[in-house]
Amino acid sequence: MHPRDIGLDTMSSPIRNAFLPHYLYIPLQQHIGSPAEAVVAPGDVVSRGDVIGKASGYVSVNIHTPLPGKVIAVQDHVTATADRVPTVVIEVEGRFSLKGQVSRQTDAWKSLSRDEIISRMKEHGLVGMGGATFPMHVKYSVPADKKITTLLVNAVECEPFLSADNRLVIEHGEDLVTGIEIALKALGVNRAIIGFEADMPEAVARMRGLVANRSNIEVLVFPVKYPQGAEKQLVKAATGLEVPSGGLPLDIGVVVSNAGSLVALKEAVVDNKPLFERIVTVTGDAVEKPGNYKIAIGTRVADVLAEVGLKKKPARIIIGGPMMGLAQYSDQVPVTKGTSGILVLSARRAAVYRHRPCVRCGKCMTVCPMGLVPLLLVSRVELGMDDEAKKHGLLDCIECGCCSAVCPSERHLSQAIKLGKLRHVAKKREAAGD
Amino acid sequence: METIIAAVLVISGLGFLLGYGLAFAAKKLETTRDERVAEIEQCLPGVNCGACGYAGCAGYAQAIVAQGVPVYLCAPGGAAAATAIGRLLGIAVAESVPMKARVHCGGGDDVTSQKYRYNGVADCRSAAALFDGFLACSEGCLGLGSCVNACRFDAIDIDARGHVSIREDACTGCAACVKACPRHLIELVPVDRRVHVLCSSTEKGAVCNKFCSVSCIGCMKCEKACPHDAIHVSGNLARIDYTKCTSCSACVAVCPKKCIIDLGKMPAGV
Repeated sequence: MHPRDIGLDTMSSPIRNAFLPHYLYIPLQQHIGSPAEAVVAPGDVVSRGDVIGKASGYVSVNIHTPLPGKVIAVQDHVTATADRVPTVVIEVEGRFSLKGQVSRQTDAWKSLSRDEIISRMKEHGLVGMGGATFPMHVKYSVPADKKITTLLVNAVECEPFLSADNRLVIEHGEDLVTGIEIALKALGVNRAIIGFEADMPEAVARMRGLVANRSNIEVLVFPVKYPQGAEKQLVKAATGLEVPSGGLPLDIGVVVSNAGSLVALKEAVVDNKPLFERIVTVTGDAVEKPGNYKIAIGTRVADVLAEVGLKKKPARIIIGGPMMGLAQYSDQVPVTKGTSGILVLSARRAAVYRHRPCVRCGKCMTVCPMGLVPLLLVSRVELGMDDEAKKHGLLDCIECGCCSAVCPSERHLSQAIKLGKLRHVAKKREAAGD
Repeated sequence: METIIAAVLVISGLGFLLGYGLAFAAKKLETTRDERVAEIEQCLPGVNCGACGYAGCAGYAQAIVAQGVPVYLCAPGGAAAATAIGRLLGIAVAESVPMKARVHCGGGDDVTSQKYRYNGVADCRSAAALFDGFLACSEGCLGLGSCVNACRFDAIDIDARGHVSIREDACTGCAACVKACPRHLIELVPVDRRVHVLCSSTEKGAVCNKFCSVSCIGCMKCEKACPHDAIHVSGNLARIDYTKCTSCSACVAVCPKKCIIDLGKMPAGV
């Protein structure tokens, strides 16, 4: 589908450094997997880049502090996805060290082995920065029986209003190319494709210029369409291959990484800088100075909004893009590794769905990128016929939100499908005797 | 004439052949259907709720005869069904007290505050997945009616303020609602136990006092008042040991938050 652009364009706003907050609320769970364990206690003094949370288990990564200061508490705090997540609270004070401050272009990393690069990913807290925050070292530790042929770099950024990756490519193109080379080495493959959307001409031109003399990196431009940047859709557009139902891109020899993640990889490996800040698009019709900001992880949304200013009373704050982002009830949620955007809408823009009866118009069916029939799935889920729903592809839904966006009856389609999946997981847990 | 004789012979020959074939097949392929299965089915309520764990009433009846599973598994049929089946099979069935579902939360819009206004799928599990639900209390009843949808006997009602009530006469104790509640607030309790704690919050008293006017604050008054050692506070929450409770209602009288109730002294249907 083609979401309407409502004039909240930040494509040409350069990345600005956000103000430093007085307090940081750094959640110990910013990734999929088990939360990190706090290795600091109240009263400890930390400096920039220090590990404050240690990875617990394999699917977990380290958490670092972006700013120097004093730990004042380790307590539960709200995040963009859950209430009560263990969080380290830091009062910012003291002097900066230069760790990770200087961006360099050296070839020193070429002497590192694959395993060294992968362990650096875990150590420096790298996760997929497109939103799913899957630990990068797990994705790059490809099982021996899978043969990888292609690295697919996701710079599509199909969510409306978001432009953080676009600016990243324009302003940090060299870093991205180095990041791709490091990722290729970590995977042991020699072919990369970078995917863009057609509405990012400046980024495309920049990247084409940078890879002109490299035959192994290809730049592809796809039509503007949501969800072009969804993993499975992008793989199909770029390679013509379809990810099997219930499978991963790696089953057909492809690893997909977000452009932001690969720039973070370069910074981790070449500059020895952990992932502790990221570029966030702050926009919405209530924001006075919309744009792309480099924000320290742990900065609360309230502090960000104090800096960008509000020109209207905010009615809704969404973390992420308008299609898949989650509406928040508190402005105390901190920016985390997976925060790609902060969207602040006034009452005029914030739609309230009314969930009227289905009129069976089939619009949801025509927009579904997975070829499912949402109206059918939802009626089955509502009736509690979960097995029927699974037969109709319940578990293939990528939760992109297209069906909800086009429904003339304003039904909670996407959320109802998620409910079916929640029940599926609950049932599986029950069967496992948990 | 010859044609007629030939026709008669062929037809009667065929008749004998097929008749004996049928008789032979009837003897050879005969199956014995256990009459008891049908009789047991007669004793069961026939609602096919699945609470026994078998595929409907017929499946359960079959399992009783074929696998010898216990006869008291039918929740809707209760003691009556169990005794009737027992009589059929010549098994003595101990008298059992029927179980009824009880919701351990007394919250509702008028007594519990909300974190945010929820506008989404009317299902408790969906709401609970978003920031632990829209209630300030992370353990309280969300009132969206997942239990109502799960109940096959129309025994659960939720009023406009989100208060859940279970109609005792309709509840069969099948436990479908117990499984449906994502907050695990519903428990099956013997029907003769009349005193219940209507709270499941394990928050400290000072915390839950802020968001709910009918929450247990773990003050221990009930524990001290109980003459039967049947109510204990653990994890900031009073819990009743139904094996010891005599429904004397001593704890009800002392509870400062009025979150312990005596069903015997309440209007019907709570």
